[in-house]
Amino acid sequence: MSDKPLSASETAIGLLKRAGRWQIWEIALWLIAIAMIFVLPSKMLILTEITILGLFAVSLDLILGYAGIVSLGHTAFFGLGAYVAGIFARDYFSEPVTGLLVAGVVSGLFGFATSFLVLRGSDLTRLMTTFGVAMLLAELANQAAWLTGGADGLSGVTITPILGLFEFDLWGRNGYIYALVVLMVLTFIARRIVNSPYGLSLKAIKRNPVRAAMLGISPTRRIVAVYTIAAAYAGIAGALLAQTTSFVSPDVLAFHRSADVLLVLVIGGTGYLYGGIFGAIIFTVLRDWLSVITPQYWMFWIGLILIIIVMVGPERITRWQAFLPGSARAERLKARKAAEDVR
Amino acid sequence: MTVALETRNLVKRFGGFTATNDVTLSVRQGARHALIGPNGAGKTTLINLLTGVLAPNSGQILLSGEEISRLPTHARVGRGLSRTFQINQLFGDFTPLDSMMLAIGEREGHGGMAWRQLSRDRAVADEAAALLQRFRLADAMGVATTLLPYGKQRLLEIALAIAAKPKVLLLDEPAAGVPEEERHEVLSLVRELPADVTVVLIEHDMDLVFSFADRISVLAQGALFAEGTVAEISKDPQVKAIYLGEDA
Repeated sequence: MSDKPLSASETAIGLLKRAGRWQIWEIALWLIAIAMIFVLPSKMLILTEITILGLFAVSLDLILGYAGIVSLGHTAFFGLGAYVAGIFARDYFSEPVTGLLVAGVVSGLFGFATSFLVLRGSDLTRLMTTFGVAMLLAELANQAAWLTGGADGLSGVTITPILGLFEFDLWGRNGYIYALVVLMVLTFIARRIVNSPYGLSLKAIKRNPVRAAMLGISPTRRIVAVYTIAAAYAGIAGALLAQTTSFVSPDVLAFHRSADVLLVLVIGGTGYLYGGIFGAIIFTVLRDWLSVITPQYWMFWIGLILIIIVMVGPERITRWQAFLPGSARAERLKARKAAEDVR
Repeated sequence: MTVALETRNLVKRFGGFTATNDVTLSVRQGARHALIGPNGAGKTTLINLLTGVLAPNSGQILLSGEEISRLPTHARVGRGLSRTFQINQLFGDFTPLDSMMLAIGEREGHGGMAWRQLSRDRAVADEAAALLQRFRLADAMGVATTLLPYGKQRLLEIALAIAAKPKVLLLDEPAAGVPEEERHEVLSLVRELPADVTVVLIEHDMDLVFSFADRISVLAQGALFAEGTVAEISKDPQVKAIYLGEDA
């Protein structure tokens, strides 16, 4: 603390600023991600995959980690975005940034339209309704072969250079840069949202809906809004996959994707936005490594790891980011000390 | 006399059990009105009806003359009705500062602002700091709520309700569970509430009721049993029989 005592207002502003301040580990993460372009040029494809999965998981964190809504069908929005981007590029306009925006808008609208399904009810109801929506879309995509290519997938997608300037190369370098820029921009936006009065109200609804209502908060609109944003994010992630691979497989709507992204978030930790990104790195690297050393049994190991995480308590292992300098853990220790002083 | 809060023939049944039986109650503006009654008299049900947690089977609730019986909780709060809970309803790992930023921000209609940063909400932060200071929480404003001693949490519980700048404040046993040595702090803050705020106090502690309230309503078996000034109620032999007799 400084020499002269701070007024309560100054202390309050200081605390609020600190909560929204960039952490060292955050900056480091982004710098490392950028450095990868030069350090690991042969790994661009898997890095792109991580980036896309990371964005998908950030999207799920917005509804699960901040608003407390569980979903077992989040891939509905991811798959919808992928199909929209693919069809849009094939039939209308092949510039990717435009396609990305279109996919985001369409998925967002679909999220808005289905958000009433998650407004009320228990976690189990939400799991089932979201699961149902994803199944429904998967079957529609499968049946509408004239539009989606059905079980064969959507092919014939050609993507022209990004903004007419940067072509997708064979090594996936520009694809990675493109995906990374999108992830960075959307994470910054999400970061701003969760540190706003709106973000605070979401966290409050998750922690204590009864009291939140008693402070005049109407949960309905807040949840609809975040669900719509998250759906748009997931749609953009799906569009990135369609654009960087020039193909949309019916697999984008498969159940395992909804399950994977939930697993990614459990590994990385919920409610601090970067859990999705850390989780995506760990999950993808682990899966890659396990599938090399035990090609037939890697699912076994993933399953075992999942059980261990849940048994040990995700908080204990996944909040490892908290040990990084200047992070929440250091703050918490300080806070505990302050609490003892108050006593 | 301006009436701040009124109920007309309010009825709430749970199956065959009538928890609130034809309650007609009128609280004048600026009153310190205590609601007492033995356990199971229907005090909490009445509070839940007033705040919109439960819907009445029949009857009306009026706030400043406006019918609010069918409004959801958050809309009633917006019209100036606020409450505290008998058992703290707080936000876990939120700090008192977070909680106050939330309560004041919502009152000011900032809750939908997704692009503004909390640290830029200067006016809200200043008010939050001032209110935290008034509630002796300024030193602990950055500490997670769950780490605070119970008395401090109780203060935060009341401060949150005050932050909404209510016209009518329902206090549900404000000193419940507070250790003896911290009790004084909580009670003195309750007494310091601004005079224009109408306060309805639900309380078991008769010393507190008699020292705080200017009017008392007695509930028994869901119905309004007696109403009057402190002097009238404390002398009423029937009230003594059903309530004070057992307690005091």
